[in-house]
Amino acid sequence: MPEVVLRKRALIIEEIFHEGGPPAAVPLRRGAAMALIHNPFAGRYVEEIQHFMKDLEPLGLAMARHLLAALGGDAKAIQGYGKGAIIGAAGELEHGALWHAPGGYAMREVLGGAKAIVPSTKKVGGPGTRLDVPVTHIDASYVRSHFDAMEVGIADGPKADELLFVLVMTTGARIHNRAGGLNAADIKGEDGLR
Amino acid sequence: MSARIRKIVTFVDEVFLEMGRPVEPPTRRAAAVAVIENPFAGRYVEDLTPLMQIGEELGRLLTERAVAALGIPGDQAQSYGKAAAVGEDGELEHAAAILHPKLGVPVRQVLGKGAALIPSSKKRGGPGVVLDIPLGHKDAAFVRSHFDGMEVRITDAPRAGEIMVAIAVTDSGRPLPRVGGLTRDQIKGEDGLR
Repeated sequence: MPEVVLRKRALIIEEIFHEGGPPAAVPLRRGAAMALIHNPFAGRYVEEIQHFMKDLEPLGLAMARHLLAALGGDAKAIQGYGKGAIIGAAGELEHGALWHAPGGYAMREVLGGAKAIVPSTKKVGGPGTRLDVPVTHIDASYVRSHFDAMEVGIADGPKADELLFVLVMTTGARIHNRAGGLNAADIKGEDGLR
Repeated sequence: MSARIRKIVTFVDEVFLEMGRPVEPPTRRAAAVAVIENPFAGRYVEDLTPLMQIGEELGRLLTERAVAALGIPGDQAQSYGKAAAVGEDGELEHAAAILHPKLGVPVRQVLGKGAALIPSSKKRGGPGVVLDIPLGHKDAAFVRSHFDGMEVRITDAPRAGEIMVAIAVTDSGRPLPRVGGLTRDQIKGEDGLR
């Protein structure tokens, strides 16, 4: 079983006070935790890759906890989330898909059972590649105020034989949200959608 | 004049492996970046004193943020650097007014010492411009293991009438330094150079 070999981890924490409109009473915080690890499947086609998802679970949990701590440590304050992966050039997109289960599981575990699907994106790229990680409300995907995204990346990664995994959490709606739609206050919370 | 801050973004990176070799302890760098309104955007203003005051304010705020992100007391910081990016309606001189006259004093208060010049860079650019913050040892500029740089970037800044101001702090030098020169244990600490 391949072990998870971590080269580097990085955090980005944004605190947004306004975007040209009235400063918010509570600033919006968005955070990303990133990990650069060795891709055990780089450079060749490997058919059976699913076992690596299990290996990634402790990394996912560690990243989710690290991120939550950097956002203040209160799981109840987290309202939005997302995840993503950048696969170094000697890997395939499918390797990034291994992050879906452990990344999502880790955030649900740390946040105490969020209902909505964790939105995600992935791509193959070289060092410095940027990724726009989509973000939606943790309990109801259709909450329009929480549709957001956070751009992330690391200057020197992923190298060709690396994977860059990302988790994103936010503490609220877009700072001047006023585009209507389902409000967080009106969530039914039955199906993870509305 | 007090800064009108739109957002503050904090970056942390930690390196565990370099070329397959463990980095022990991991090298850690943090940068705190404020995006502020440029009070002099779009016009020539002779007296830049208000920007110098803003520099003093941000020197304390951003250094405290960076040190907090590393989770260390200020006096455990080893190297530092500063940089600014002015949006298209501002002048390079606006960055200079923030960075050079008054910003350093509060930085050194937070870090306990800081005999060395704070290395700096500045530029003008649009949203998403990359800022490479130079890094040098805070007490002896010639410590070769600590010559470094940290890249930061904020997707939506600086807008035309904004300035990005960045301070980076580390608790370490480069991973696996081995190009010789003055080392930390040889610092005399008298002139900020050696």
